[in-house]
Amino acid sequence: MSTPLHVGFIPLVDAAALIIAVDKGFTAAEGLDVTLAREVSWSNVRDKLNIGLFDAAHLLAPVAIASSLGLGHVKVPIVAPFNLGLNGNAITVSPALHAAVMAEIEGDATDPMATALALARVVANRRKSGAEPLTFGMTFPFSTHNYQLRFWMAAGGVDPDEDVRLVVLPPPYMVDSLANGHVDAFCVGAPWNSVAVDLGVGHILHFVSDILVRAAEKVLAVRQSWSEKNPEVLAALVRAASHAAKYIEDPGNRAEAAQMLARPDRIGVDAEIIRRTLDGRLKVSPGGQRRESGRYLLVGREGAARPDPAQAAWLYAQMVRWGQTALQPDALETAMGVFRPDLYDAAMGHQGKAQGASDAIGAFAGPAFNPGDIAGHLAAFEIGRWKP
Amino acid sequence: MSAESSPKIVIVDESPIRAAILEEGLREAGFTGVVHISEMQSLLSRIYAIDPDVILIDLENPSRDVLEQMFQVSRAVRRPIAMFVDQSDAASIQASVDAGVSAYIVDGLKKERIKPILDLCISRFNAFSKLQDELDRTKSALEERKVIDRAKGILMKVKGLTEDEAYVLMRSTAMREKKKIGEIAQSILTASELLK
Repeated sequence: MSTPLHVGFIPLVDAAALIIAVDKGFTAAEGLDVTLAREVSWSNVRDKLNIGLFDAAHLLAPVAIASSLGLGHVKVPIVAPFNLGLNGNAITVSPALHAAVMAEIEGDATDPMATALALARVVANRRKSGAEPLTFGMTFPFSTHNYQLRFWMAAGGVDPDEDVRLVVLPPPYMVDSLANGHVDAFCVGAPWNSVAVDLGVGHILHFVSDILVRAAEKVLAVRQSWSEKNPEVLAALVRAASHAAKYIEDPGNRAEAAQMLARPDRIGVDAEIIRRTLDGRLKVSPGGQRRESGRYLLVGREGAARPDPAQAAWLYAQMVRWGQTALQPDALETAMGVFRPDLYDAAMGHQGKAQGASDAIGAFAGPAFNPGDIAGHLAAFEIGRWKP
Repeated sequence: MSAESSPKIVIVDESPIRAAILEEGLREAGFTGVVHISEMQSLLSRIYAIDPDVILIDLENPSRDVLEQMFQVSRAVRRPIAMFVDQSDAASIQASVDAGVSAYIVDGLKKERIKPILDLCISRFNAFSKLQDELDRTKSALEERKVIDRAKGILMKVKGLTEDEAYVLMRSTAMREKKKIGEIAQSILTASELLK
C-alpha cells in the first residue's frame, strides 16, 4: 500500500528535484503516493506546512529557519533533510540601470566588487541630482535573494536600508514591475531573470554564484514533529528526491526533464528557458549575449543535496546582520539544527561528508565564514543593523 | 484606535464579487470602516496610507508575500503588524486557510474583537466558494446540453432518426458503457469531426 503525501511547491526551476521525483515515478517506486500542490506565495507554503495541510514542501531555506525560530510568524520547528538547490538566483537590472552601472564600472563586469562599487557611484550621483532612490525587488523578507542583494551592495558601500529601497514582490510580478519602472532591479530565481531578458526589459548583471560560491537556496522541508513520527516515509521521500536530482544532473536527460517541468501545472514556462537554467547557460542581455557557469544552479551535484549546517548558520548570521533578530547562542544552535545531514545520510544509507569545510559559503567579500564566531564575522562588515 | 470605535478593515482581493460579499457582511455586522483594494501595484504604500487595524487577504493572491514585509522592522511602518493567529490559535488558522482567507492585525487590537471579524470572513469565503462551485456546475451543465443537442442532430442526420430516437440511442449506449450521456455525445462530435 502506498503512503499518500501532500507536498507544496512554488513554480520555480529549483523545485525540479521534487517535481521530477513525482512525475518520473521515483516517489511511486519508493511506495509514496505524492500529490503536488502548486502554490502562489511563500506565506501559503509556510502556513500550509505549519498546520499540516502539507506533509512536506519546497521552501526557502531561510523560511525554514525563521519558522523554527518563530521569527515573523508562528513558531513551528521545521527540519530540512535535503537541499533542493544551491544558488540559482540572479540579479537582473533595467536597461537604464545597466547603462548607468556600466558607465561607472572599473574592471570586469562579472566581478561583483566592481559592480557594487559602480552601483555606489550611481546611487551617489542620483542623490546629488535629487533623483528617487533605486528600488530593488526580492521575493521574501526571509530569503536568500534578500541577503544576496544586501551582501553584494553593502560590499560596495551601499546601505540597503538607507540608500536604496528593497521591496518584496511575488516572482510572477517581477518582470512586469521591471518593465513598468516600478523597480529598477530584482533578485529572483529561475525562470524569471531569463523571461525578463527574453522580453528585452532586463540585463542579468550577476548570477548569485558570483556573490556566494555556495548558498543553500531551497530545501525539502517537513515539520520536525512529522519527521519524528514518520522517519521511514521521510527517508523514502529523500531517496526519491535524490534519484530525481541525479536524473536531472545527467545532461542526457535534460531535454526530457525540461519538457516535464514546463507543463502548465508544474513550472509552466517554455521548456527552452528551463533547459538553459539547468545547463547554466543563460542569455544575459536582450542583445543575445550569453554567459555560462558551472555554478549557476546545483541540483544535487557536488554534494549539493546534503544539508550543511554551516549554511544555516550563515543564513542566521544574515538575519542578525540585517536586524531581523538578535544574536543568541541558542538561536544559532536551533538554526543549525534545521539542516539535517544525519537524516540525509540515514535515508541514503551511507555517511556523507561536508563539502568545502573551511568556508562553506565562499563569499566574494569579507572574511571566511566561521559558524563558531558569528559576532566576530559580522564585526568585519561596516554596513549592517547589528552592532557589537 | 480607541477601543470602542469600529476597527478600520482593508480587504485585499482581486475578485470584486467576493470583496463585495465580504464588505456587505462586515457592514451588516457593524464594521463600517471597510476599504477594498483590488489593485496590487504599490500595495504596501496604499495600505500604509489607509493605516488599517485589520487586513484581510485572499490566499490565492501572490501579494500575501508583500504583506509579510510589514513584519520587518522598517521606517515605513507606523505600527508593527502581526498576523492574527498566534501560537494558541491553531484552530483559527486551520479554518481560515481552509476557507482561503488570511488575516493580519495591528498589534494591540484585542483578540475578542478580531474573532467575529475573522469568523464572518471565513463563513463568507466559504459561501462564496460554494456559490462559485454552483456557478461552475451550472455552466458545465449548460455546455453539456449544447453538446448533447449537437450530437442528437448528427445522429438524426446520419442515421435518419427522430429526435427522441437519437436521444434514446445515446442514453442506452451511455448506460451500456457505464458513461455519462455527455461523454457519449462528445465522442459522437469527435468522431464526426474526424470522419468529415
